[in-house]
Amino acid sequence: MLHIDDLVVRYGSAVAIDGLSLHLEAGEMVALVGPNGAGKSTLINTITGLVPPASGSVRCEGRVAQVPEGRQMFADMSVEDNLLLGGWSIRNRDLTEVFDLLPDLAGLRRRKAGRLSGGQQQMVAVGRALMARPDLLAIDELSLGLAPLVVAELAEHLRVLNRERGTAVLLVEQEVGLAFDVCARACVLEAGRVVASGPSASVAESDAVRRAYFGDLAADETKAEAVR
Amino acid sequence: MTELFTYLVSGIALGSSFALIGSGFVVVHRVTRVVNFAQGSIAVVGGMLSATLLDGLLPHGLAEPLAVVICGAVGLAVGFLALGRRGTPPLISLIVTLGVSMLISAAIIWLWGQDPVSPPGLDGSTTLLGVTVERQRLLVVGATVLAFTGLALFFSRSYVGKALTASASNPFAARMVGIDVRRMGLLAFALAGMLGGLAGVLVAPTNAVSFYSDLPLALSGFAAAVFGGLVSPLRTLVGGLGLGIAGQLTAGYLNGSYQTEAALLLMLVIMIARSSTFVHEEAK
Repeated sequence: MLHIDDLVVRYGSAVAIDGLSLHLEAGEMVALVGPNGAGKSTLINTITGLVPPASGSVRCEGRVAQVPEGRQMFADMSVEDNLLLGGWSIRNRDLTEVFDLLPDLAGLRRRKAGRLSGGQQQMVAVGRALMARPDLLAIDELSLGLAPLVVAELAEHLRVLNRERGTAVLLVEQEVGLAFDVCARACVLEAGRVVASGPSASVAESDAVRRAYFGDLAADETKAEAVR
Repeated sequence: MTELFTYLVSGIALGSSFALIGSGFVVVHRVTRVVNFAQGSIAVVGGMLSATLLDGLLPHGLAEPLAVVICGAVGLAVGFLALGRRGTPPLISLIVTLGVSMLISAAIIWLWGQDPVSPPGLDGSTTLLGVTVERQRLLVVGATVLAFTGLALFFSRSYVGKALTASASNPFAARMVGIDVRRMGLLAFALAGMLGGLAGVLVAPTNAVSFYSDLPLALSGFAAAVFGGLVSPLRTLVGGLGLGIAGQLTAGYLNGSYQTEAALLLMLVIMIARSSTFVHEEAK
Protein backbone atom coordinates (compact mmCIF):
# COMPACT_ATOMS: atom_id res chain seq x y z
CA MET A 1 0.00 0.00 0.00
CA LEU A 2 3.00 2.32 0.50
CA HIS A 3 5.54 2.44 -2.30
CA ILE A 4 8.67 4.54 -1.87
CA ASP A 5 11.19 4.35 -4.71
CA ASP A 6 14.63 5.98 -4.97
CA LEU A 7 13.57 8.79 -2.64
CA VAL A 8 15.93 11.70 -2.16
CA VAL A 9 15.14 14.51 0.29
CA ARG A 10 17.37 17.51 0.81
CA TYR A 11 17.46 20.41 3.25
CA GLY A 12 19.38 22.95 1.23
CA SER A 13 22.63 21.21 0.31
CA ALA A 14 22.33 18.57 3.06
CA VAL A 15 20.99 15.18 1.97
CA ALA A 16 18.58 13.73 4.56
CA ILE A 17 17.24 10.79 2.53
CA ASP A 18 19.58 9.32 -0.05
CA GLY A 19 17.95 7.05 -2.62
CA LEU A 20 15.70 5.17 -0.19
CA SER A 21 13.22 2.51 -1.31
CA LEU A 22 10.64 0.98 1.01
CA HIS A 23 7.39 -0.92 0.48
CA LEU A 24 4.61 -1.68 2.95
CA GLU A 25 1.72 -4.08 2.46
CA ALA A 26 -1.78 -3.26 3.68
CA GLY A 27 -2.20 -4.05 7.37
CA GLU A 28 1.55 -4.51 7.91
CA MET A 29 3.38 -3.18 10.96
CA VAL A 30 6.92 -2.05 10.21
CA ALA A 31 9.48 -0.62 12.59
CA LEU A 32 11.91 2.00 11.35
CA VAL A 33 14.98 2.28 13.55
CA GLY A 34 18.33 3.97 13.29
CA PRO A 35 20.62 6.48 14.96
CA ASN A 36 19.87 10.19 15.33
CA GLY A 37 20.11 11.98 12.00
CA ALA A 38 19.46 8.80 10.00
CA GLY A 39 16.48 10.45 8.29
CA LYS A 40 13.63 8.64 10.08
CA SER A 41 11.55 11.74 10.92
CA THR A 42 12.26 13.24 7.50
CA LEU A 43 10.98 10.04 5.90
CA ILE A 44 7.74 10.20 7.94
CA ASN A 45 7.28 13.89 7.12
CA THR A 46 7.82 13.14 3.43
CA ILE A 47 5.31 10.29 3.46
CA THR A 48 2.68 12.61 5.00
CA GLY A 49 3.48 15.38 2.52
CA LEU A 50 4.97 17.87 4.97
CA VAL A 51 8.40 17.73 3.34
CA PRO A 52 8.68 17.65 -0.46
CA PRO A 53 10.99 15.08 -2.08
CA ALA A 54 13.87 16.29 -4.22
CA SER A 55 13.49 13.21 -6.44
CA GLY A 56 12.03 9.71 -6.43
CA SER A 57 8.44 8.86 -5.60
CA VAL A 58 6.17 8.29 -2.60
CA ARG A 59 2.85 6.65 -3.42
CA CYS A 60 0.28 5.62 -0.83
CA GLU A 61 -2.88 3.69 -1.71
CA GLY A 62 -5.18 5.06 0.98
CA ARG A 63 -5.13 7.70 3.66
CA VAL A 64 -2.09 8.31 5.80
CA ALA A 65 -2.05 10.08 9.17
CA GLN A 66 0.84 11.03 11.40
CA VAL A 67 1.59 10.94 15.11
CA PRO A 68 4.43 13.45 15.20
CA GLU A 69 7.54 13.58 17.33
CA GLY A 70 6.92 15.71 20.40
CA ARG A 71 3.16 15.15 20.10
CA GLN A 72 2.50 18.66 18.68
CA MET A 73 -0.73 19.42 20.53
CA PHE A 74 -2.96 22.40 19.93
CA ALA A 75 -2.07 23.22 23.51
CA ASP A 76 -4.71 25.85 24.34
CA MET A 77 -7.52 23.84 22.82
CA SER A 78 -9.53 21.05 24.43
CA VAL A 79 -8.85 17.38 23.82
CA GLU A 80 -12.15 17.21 21.96
CA ASP A 81 -11.14 20.06 19.64
CA ASN A 82 -7.75 18.45 19.04
CA LEU A 83 -9.49 15.23 18.04
CA LEU A 84 -12.07 17.01 15.87
CA LEU A 85 -9.33 18.81 13.97
CA GLY A 86 -7.66 15.47 13.35
CA GLY A 87 -10.61 14.65 11.12
CA TRP A 88 -10.31 17.92 9.16
CA SER A 89 -9.07 16.33 5.92
CA ILE A 90 -12.17 14.10 5.64
CA ARG A 91 -14.50 16.36 7.65
CA ASN A 92 -14.98 13.57 10.19
CA ARG A 93 -16.54 14.91 13.39
CA ASP A 94 -17.64 11.59 14.86
CA LEU A 95 -15.57 10.85 17.96
CA THR A 96 -17.24 7.52 18.76
CA GLU A 97 -14.72 5.29 17.00
CA VAL A 98 -11.77 6.96 18.68
CA PHE A 99 -13.39 6.81 22.10
CA ASP A 100 -14.14 3.10 21.52
CA LEU A 101 -10.49 2.41 20.82
CA LEU A 102 -9.03 4.86 23.38
CA PRO A 103 -11.70 5.05 26.11
CA ASP A 104 -9.50 7.14 28.43
CA LEU A 105 -9.85 10.07 26.04
CA ALA A 106 -13.61 10.31 26.64
CA GLY A 107 -12.98 11.36 30.24
CA LEU A 108 -10.41 13.95 29.14
CA ARG A 109 -12.44 15.53 26.35
CA ARG A 110 -13.02 18.88 28.11
CA ARG A 111 -9.42 19.25 29.38
CA LYS A 112 -6.92 21.57 27.70
CA ALA A 113 -4.48 19.41 25.74
CA GLY A 114 -1.48 21.42 26.92
CA ARG A 115 -2.22 20.57 30.53
CA LEU A 116 -2.23 16.79 30.11
CA SER A 117 0.60 14.44 31.07
CA GLY A 118 2.98 13.24 28.36
CA GLY A 119 1.24 9.87 28.12
CA GLN A 120 -2.20 11.44 27.86
CA GLN A 121 -0.94 13.83 25.18
CA GLN A 122 0.51 10.92 23.22
CA MET A 123 -2.86 9.20 23.42
CA VAL A 124 -4.52 12.39 22.10
CA ALA A 125 -1.95 12.49 19.28
CA VAL A 126 -2.80 8.89 18.35
CA GLY A 127 -6.54 9.61 18.62
CA ARG A 128 -6.19 12.76 16.52
CA ALA A 129 -4.42 10.79 13.80
CA LEU A 130 -7.11 8.09 13.93
CA MET A 131 -9.82 10.72 13.31
CA ALA A 132 -8.57 10.84 9.70
CA ARG A 133 -9.51 7.11 9.46
CA PRO A 134 -6.07 6.29 8.08
CA ASP A 135 -5.07 3.16 6.21
CA LEU A 136 -1.50 3.86 7.30
CA LEU A 137 -0.53 5.34 10.66
CA ALA A 138 2.96 6.86 10.67
CA ILE A 139 4.22 7.26 14.24
CA ASP A 140 7.32 9.23 15.09
CA GLU A 141 8.78 8.26 18.49
CA LEU A 142 5.86 6.72 20.34
CA SER A 143 7.78 6.23 23.59
CA LEU A 144 9.68 9.53 23.76
CA GLY A 145 9.69 10.80 27.35
CA LEU A 146 7.05 8.34 28.53
CA ALA A 147 7.03 5.86 31.41
CA PRO A 148 7.34 2.15 30.42
CA LEU A 149 3.84 1.31 31.65
CA VAL A 150 2.31 4.10 29.53
CA VAL A 151 4.32 2.96 26.51
CA ALA A 152 3.13 -0.62 27.00
CA GLU A 153 -0.48 0.57 27.09
CA LEU A 154 -0.04 2.62 23.91
CA ALA A 155 1.65 -0.31 22.18
CA GLU A 156 -1.29 -2.52 23.07
CA HIS A 157 -3.67 0.06 21.55
CA LEU A 158 -1.64 -0.10 18.33
CA ARG A 159 -1.85 -3.90 18.22
CA VAL A 160 -5.63 -3.75 18.71
CA LEU A 161 -5.94 -1.07 16.01
CA ASN A 162 -3.95 -3.20 13.59
CA ARG A 163 -5.75 -6.45 14.47
CA GLU A 164 -9.31 -5.11 14.48
CA ARG A 165 -9.18 -2.48 11.74
CA GLY A 166 -6.28 -3.61 9.61
CA THR A 167 -4.54 -0.26 9.88
CA ALA A 168 -0.94 -0.46 8.70
CA VAL A 169 1.64 1.06 11.06
CA LEU A 170 5.03 2.57 10.32
CA LEU A 171 6.69 3.03 13.69
CA VAL A 172 9.79 5.18 14.06
CA GLU A 173 11.23 4.37 17.45
CA GLN A 174 14.47 4.87 19.36
CA GLU A 175 13.43 2.16 21.81
CA VAL A 176 14.35 -0.79 19.56
CA GLY A 177 13.04 -3.42 21.98
CA LEU A 178 9.58 -1.90 21.81
CA ALA A 179 9.72 -1.41 18.04
CA PHE A 180 10.74 -5.01 17.35
CA ASP A 181 8.17 -6.30 19.85
CA VAL A 182 5.27 -4.41 18.25
CA CYS A 183 6.23 -4.78 14.57
CA ALA A 184 6.78 -8.02 12.69
CA ARG A 185 9.12 -6.38 10.17
CA ALA A 186 11.88 -3.84 10.70
CA CYS A 187 14.12 -1.60 8.65
CA VAL A 188 17.34 0.02 9.82
CA LEU A 189 18.17 3.45 8.45
CA GLU A 190 21.63 4.97 8.36
CA ALA A 191 22.53 8.23 6.65
CA GLY A 192 19.26 8.28 4.75
CA ARG A 193 19.49 4.71 3.43
CA VAL A 194 18.00 1.36 4.40
CA VAL A 195 20.99 -0.74 5.54
CA ALA A 196 19.05 -3.73 6.90
CA SER A 197 15.53 -4.98 6.47
CA GLY A 198 13.60 -8.15 7.30
CA PRO A 199 11.74 -9.90 10.11
CA SER A 200 12.26 -7.99 13.37
CA ALA A 201 13.79 -10.99 15.15
CA SER A 202 16.60 -11.32 12.61
CA VAL A 203 17.14 -7.58 12.16
CA ALA A 204 17.51 -7.29 15.94
CA GLU A 205 20.59 -9.54 15.70
CA SER A 206 22.12 -7.68 12.74
CA ASP A 207 25.31 -5.66 12.78
CA ALA A 208 23.32 -2.70 11.45
CA VAL A 209 21.30 -2.47 14.66
CA ARG A 210 24.34 -2.93 16.84
CA ARG A 211 26.17 -0.25 14.85
CA ALA A 212 23.19 2.10 15.01
CA TYR A 213 22.73 1.82 18.75
CA PHE A 214 26.10 0.78 20.17
CA GLY A 215 28.48 2.34 17.65
CA ASP A 216 31.12 0.71 15.42
CA LEU A 217 32.93 -0.68 18.42
CA ALA A 218 30.14 -3.14 19.21
CA ALA A 219 29.98 -4.34 15.61
CA ASP A 220 33.78 -4.74 15.49
CA GLU A 221 33.73 -6.77 18.68
CA THR A 222 31.05 -9.04 17.23
CA LYS A 223 33.13 -9.63 14.10
CA ALA A 224 36.24 -10.27 16.19
CA GLU A 225 34.32 -12.81 18.25
CA ALA A 226 33.08 -14.50 15.09
CA VAL A 227 36.67 -14.76 13.77
CA ARG A 228 37.86 -16.23 17.08
CA MET B 1 -20.76 64.96 36.25
CA THR B 2 -23.08 65.08 33.22
CA GLU B 3 -20.15 66.28 31.12
CA LEU B 4 -17.99 63.40 32.29
CA PHE B 5 -20.73 60.88 31.49
CA THR B 6 -21.11 62.39 28.01
CA TYR B 7 -17.37 61.99 27.39
CA LEU B 8 -17.49 58.45 28.72
CA VAL B 9 -20.32 57.44 26.39
CA SER B 10 -18.75 59.03 23.32
CA GLY B 11 -15.40 57.52 24.38
CA ILE B 12 -16.94 54.05 24.61
CA ALA B 13 -18.50 54.49 21.16
CA LEU B 14 -15.21 55.67 19.61
CA GLY B 15 -13.25 53.04 21.54
CA SER B 16 -15.58 50.35 20.19
CA SER B 17 -14.50 51.19 16.66
CA PHE B 18 -10.83 51.11 17.75
CA ALA B 19 -11.51 47.69 19.28
CA LEU B 20 -13.04 46.46 16.01
CA ILE B 21 -10.02 47.66 14.03
CA GLY B 22 -7.73 46.25 16.72
CA SER B 23 -9.44 42.86 16.64
CA GLY B 24 -8.66 42.79 12.91
CA PHE B 25 -4.98 43.23 13.77
CA VAL B 26 -5.31 40.40 16.32
CA VAL B 27 -7.10 37.97 13.99
CA VAL B 28 -4.45 38.40 11.28
CA HIS B 29 -1.48 38.38 13.66
CA ARG B 30 -2.63 35.25 15.51
CA VAL B 31 -2.78 33.20 12.35
CA THR B 32 -0.03 34.71 10.20
CA ARG B 33 2.24 36.65 12.65
CA VAL B 34 1.78 39.61 10.28
CA VAL B 35 0.88 43.11 11.52
CA ASN B 36 -1.58 44.34 8.91
CA PHE B 37 -1.20 48.11 8.69
CA ALA B 38 -3.81 48.36 5.93
CA GLN B 39 -6.50 47.99 8.64
CA GLY B 40 -6.96 51.76 9.02
CA SER B 41 -7.32 52.30 5.26
CA ILE B 42 -9.91 49.52 5.03
CA ALA B 43 -11.93 51.19 7.80
CA VAL B 44 -11.90 54.43 5.78
CA VAL B 45 -13.02 52.49 2.69
CA GLY B 46 -15.90 51.11 4.77
CA GLY B 47 -17.06 54.59 5.77
CA MET B 48 -16.69 55.96 2.25
CA LEU B 49 -18.45 52.99 0.64
CA SER B 50 -21.41 53.19 3.00
CA ALA B 51 -21.75 56.92 2.16
CA THR B 52 -21.77 56.16 -1.57
CA LEU B 53 -24.19 53.24 -1.28
CA LEU B 54 -26.53 55.23 0.96
CA ASP B 55 -26.53 58.09 -1.53
CA GLY B 56 -29.62 56.88 -3.36
CA LEU B 57 -28.37 53.40 -4.25
CA LEU B 58 -29.39 51.28 -1.29
CA PRO B 59 -31.39 51.79 1.91
CA HIS B 60 -30.04 51.55 5.46
CA GLY B 61 -29.68 47.94 6.49
CA LEU B 62 -28.46 46.87 3.05
CA ALA B 63 -25.83 49.48 2.26
CA GLU B 64 -23.86 48.95 5.48
CA PRO B 65 -23.60 45.13 5.29
CA LEU B 66 -22.64 45.36 1.61
CA ALA B 67 -19.90 47.87 2.48
CA VAL B 68 -18.64 45.49 5.16
CA VAL B 69 -18.60 42.53 2.74
CA ILE B 70 -16.71 44.59 0.13
CA CYS B 71 -14.19 45.53 2.82
CA GLY B 72 -13.81 41.80 3.49
CA ALA B 73 -12.93 41.33 -0.17
CA VAL B 74 -10.43 44.21 0.06
CA GLY B 75 -8.94 42.53 3.15
CA LEU B 76 -8.64 39.27 1.21
CA ALA B 77 -6.83 41.07 -1.63
CA VAL B 78 -4.46 42.63 0.93
CA GLY B 79 -3.84 39.13 2.29
CA PHE B 80 -3.00 37.76 -1.17
CA LEU B 81 -0.44 40.52 -1.67
CA ALA B 82 0.97 40.43 1.85
CA LEU B 83 1.33 36.67 2.27
CA GLY B 84 2.80 36.29 -1.21
CA ARG B 85 4.60 33.03 -1.76
CA ARG B 86 4.83 30.41 0.96
CA GLY B 87 7.60 31.23 3.40
CA THR B 88 7.40 35.02 3.02
CA PRO B 89 8.72 36.42 6.34
CA PRO B 90 6.12 38.33 8.43
CA LEU B 91 8.32 41.45 8.38
CA ILE B 92 8.21 41.55 4.58
CA SER B 93 4.43 41.05 4.72
CA LEU B 94 4.14 43.95 7.19
CA ILE B 95 5.99 46.25 4.77
CA VAL B 96 3.71 45.06 1.96
CA THR B 97 0.64 45.99 4.07
CA LEU B 98 2.12 49.48 4.58
CA GLY B 99 2.57 49.83 0.82
CA VAL B 100 -0.94 48.54 0.15
CA SER B 101 -2.28 51.00 2.72
CA MET B 102 -0.75 53.88 0.72
CA LEU B 103 -2.21 52.40 -2.46
CA ILE B 104 -5.67 52.28 -0.87
CA SER B 105 -5.30 55.90 0.26
CA ALA B 106 -4.50 56.88 -3.32
CA ALA B 107 -7.56 54.94 -4.50
CA ILE B 108 -9.70 56.72 -1.89
CA ILE B 109 -8.54 60.15 -3.18
CA TRP B 110 -9.18 59.03 -6.76
CA LEU B 111 -12.67 57.70 -6.01
CA TRP B 112 -13.95 60.01 -3.28
CA GLY B 113 -11.67 63.06 -3.32
CA GLN B 114 -9.89 64.62 -0.37
CA ASP B 115 -12.84 66.03 1.60
CA PRO B 116 -14.07 64.27 4.72
CA VAL B 117 -17.18 62.13 4.21
CA SER B 118 -19.86 61.37 6.76
CA PRO B 119 -22.70 59.05 5.74
CA PRO B 120 -26.10 59.44 7.38
CA GLY B 121 -26.40 57.32 10.49
CA LEU B 122 -29.14 56.55 12.96
CA ASP B 123 -31.09 59.76 13.55
CA GLY B 124 -32.09 61.19 16.89
CA SER B 125 -30.91 60.84 20.42
CA THR B 126 -32.02 59.26 23.65
CA THR B 127 -31.60 60.11 27.31
CA LEU B 128 -29.46 57.77 29.36
CA LEU B 129 -28.94 58.46 33.09
CA GLY B 130 -29.87 62.08 32.50
CA VAL B 131 -27.48 62.54 29.59
CA THR B 132 -28.51 62.96 25.95
CA VAL B 133 -26.77 60.32 23.82
CA GLU B 134 -26.89 60.06 20.03
CA ARG B 135 -28.54 56.83 18.91
CA GLN B 136 -25.73 56.24 16.41
CA ARG B 137 -23.24 56.01 19.28
CA LEU B 138 -25.43 53.43 21.01
CA LEU B 139 -25.62 51.54 17.72
CA VAL B 140 -21.82 51.49 17.56
CA VAL B 141 -21.60 50.00 21.06
CA GLY B 142 -24.35 47.45 20.37
CA ALA B 143 -22.86 46.40 17.04
CA THR B 144 -19.43 46.04 18.64
CA VAL B 145 -20.82 43.81 21.40
CA LEU B 146 -22.54 41.71 18.74
CA ALA B 147 -19.40 41.55 16.60
CA PHE B 148 -17.22 40.44 19.50
CA THR B 149 -19.78 37.87 20.62
CA GLY B 150 -19.97 36.56 17.07
CA LEU B 151 -16.19 36.48 16.86
CA ALA B 152 -15.92 34.53 20.13
CA LEU B 153 -18.58 32.05 18.99
CA PHE B 154 -16.96 31.70 15.56
CA PHE B 155 -13.56 30.85 17.05
CA SER B 156 -14.83 28.58 19.82
CA ARG B 157 -17.80 26.80 18.20
CA SER B 158 -17.39 26.63 14.43
CA TYR B 159 -15.17 24.03 12.73
CA VAL B 160 -13.50 26.66 10.53
CA GLY B 161 -13.00 28.94 13.54
CA LYS B 162 -11.31 26.09 15.40
CA ALA B 163 -9.10 25.44 12.38
CA LEU B 164 -8.11 29.13 12.44
CA THR B 165 -7.29 28.86 16.14
CA ALA B 166 -5.33 25.66 15.49
CA SER B 167 -3.35 27.35 12.72
CA ALA B 168 -2.44 30.09 15.19
CA SER B 169 -1.66 27.65 17.99
CA ASN B 170 0.57 25.20 16.11
CA PRO B 171 1.02 25.75 12.35
CA PHE B 172 3.07 22.56 11.94
CA ALA B 173 0.39 20.39 13.56
CA ALA B 174 -2.29 22.24 11.61
CA ARG B 175 -0.57 21.40 8.32
CA MET B 176 -0.11 17.84 9.54
CA VAL B 177 -3.87 17.30 10.03
CA GLY B 178 -4.53 18.74 6.58
CA ILE B 179 -5.43 22.35 7.37
CA ASP B 180 -4.25 24.71 4.64
CA VAL B 181 -2.56 27.29 6.87
CA ARG B 182 -2.07 29.77 4.03
CA ARG B 183 -5.78 29.61 3.20
CA MET B 184 -6.53 30.18 6.89
CA GLY B 185 -4.25 33.23 6.75
CA LEU B 186 -6.23 34.59 3.81
CA LEU B 187 -9.47 33.95 5.68
CA ALA B 188 -8.04 35.87 8.63
CA PHE B 189 -7.25 38.81 6.35
CA ALA B 190 -10.80 38.74 4.95
CA LEU B 191 -12.25 38.61 8.47
CA ALA B 192 -10.02 41.50 9.52
CA GLY B 193 -11.17 43.45 6.47
CA MET B 194 -14.78 42.96 7.50
CA LEU B 195 -14.03 44.06 11.07
CA GLY B 196 -12.21 47.14 9.79
CA GLY B 197 -15.03 47.88 7.37
CA LEU B 198 -17.59 47.53 10.15
CA ALA B 199 -15.60 50.00 12.26
CA GLY B 200 -15.56 52.49 9.38
CA VAL B 201 -19.26 52.08 8.66
CA LEU B 202 -20.11 52.63 12.32
CA VAL B 203 -17.75 55.48 13.13
CA ALA B 204 -18.15 57.56 9.95
CA PRO B 205 -21.64 58.99 10.74
CA THR B 206 -20.34 60.58 13.96
CA ASN B 207 -16.68 61.15 13.01
CA ALA B 208 -16.30 62.05 9.32
CA VAL B 209 -13.57 60.07 7.57
CA SER B 210 -11.17 61.08 4.83
CA PHE B 211 -8.11 59.53 3.17
CA TYR B 212 -5.91 60.78 6.02
CA SER B 213 -8.07 59.18 8.73
CA ASP B 214 -6.34 55.86 8.04
CA LEU B 215 -3.27 56.51 10.16
CA PRO B 216 -5.07 57.65 13.34
CA LEU B 217 -7.52 54.75 13.01
CA ALA B 218 -4.75 52.22 12.36
CA LEU B 219 -2.64 53.54 15.24
CA SER B 220 -5.54 53.52 17.68
CA GLY B 221 -6.58 50.04 16.56
CA PHE B 222 -2.99 48.83 16.79
CA ALA B 223 -2.66 50.31 20.28
CA ALA B 224 -5.79 48.42 21.33
CA ALA B 225 -4.38 45.23 19.78
CA VAL B 226 -1.08 45.76 21.60
CA PHE B 227 -3.05 45.96 24.84
CA GLY B 228 -4.41 42.53 23.89
CA GLY B 229 -0.87 41.28 23.29
CA LEU B 230 -1.85 40.92 19.60
CA VAL B 231 -3.50 37.62 20.56
CA SER B 232 -6.57 38.33 22.69
CA PRO B 233 -9.70 39.88 21.11
CA LEU B 234 -11.25 40.42 24.56
CA ARG B 235 -8.27 42.35 25.92
CA THR B 236 -8.24 44.27 22.63
CA LEU B 237 -11.81 45.32 23.35
CA VAL B 238 -10.76 46.57 26.79
CA GLY B 239 -7.76 48.36 25.24
CA GLY B 240 -9.91 49.97 22.57
CA LEU B 241 -12.45 51.22 25.08
CA GLY B 242 -9.65 52.59 27.28
CA LEU B 243 -8.14 54.44 24.32
CA GLY B 244 -11.50 55.83 23.22
CA ILE B 245 -12.34 57.10 26.69
CA ALA B 246 -8.83 58.56 27.17
CA GLY B 247 -9.11 60.31 23.79
CA GLN B 248 -12.52 61.81 24.52
CA LEU B 249 -11.47 62.95 28.00
CA THR B 250 -8.38 64.55 26.45
CA ALA B 251 -10.52 66.28 23.84
CA GLY B 252 -13.08 67.35 26.44
CA TYR B 253 -10.85 68.61 29.19
CA LEU B 254 -7.63 69.50 27.34
CA ASN B 255 -7.55 69.92 23.56
CA GLY B 256 -9.19 67.95 20.73
CA SER B 257 -6.06 68.02 18.61
CA TYR B 258 -4.18 66.01 21.27
CA GLN B 259 -6.46 62.97 20.89
CA THR B 260 -4.12 60.98 18.64
CA GLU B 261 -1.10 62.02 20.68
CA ALA B 262 -2.85 60.76 23.82
CA ALA B 263 -3.52 57.43 22.07
CA LEU B 264 0.11 57.17 20.95
CA LEU B 265 1.38 58.01 24.42
CA LEU B 266 -0.90 55.40 25.93
CA MET B 267 0.30 52.84 23.38
CA LEU B 268 3.90 53.63 24.25
CA VAL B 269 3.21 53.16 27.96
CA ILE B 270 1.36 49.88 27.29
CA MET B 271 4.15 48.55 25.07
CA ILE B 272 6.79 49.33 27.67
CA ALA B 273 4.66 47.85 30.45
CA ARG B 274 3.89 44.72 28.44
CA SER B 275 7.36 44.21 26.92
CA SER B 276 8.04 41.30 29.30
CA THR B 277 4.81 39.61 28.14
CA PHE B 278 5.86 39.95 24.50
CA VAL B 279 9.22 38.35 25.25
CA HIS B 280 7.40 35.51 26.98
CA GLU B 281 4.98 35.04 24.08
CA GLU B 282 7.80 35.13 21.53
CA ALA B 283 9.64 32.51 23.56
CA LYS B 284 6.58 30.25 23.43
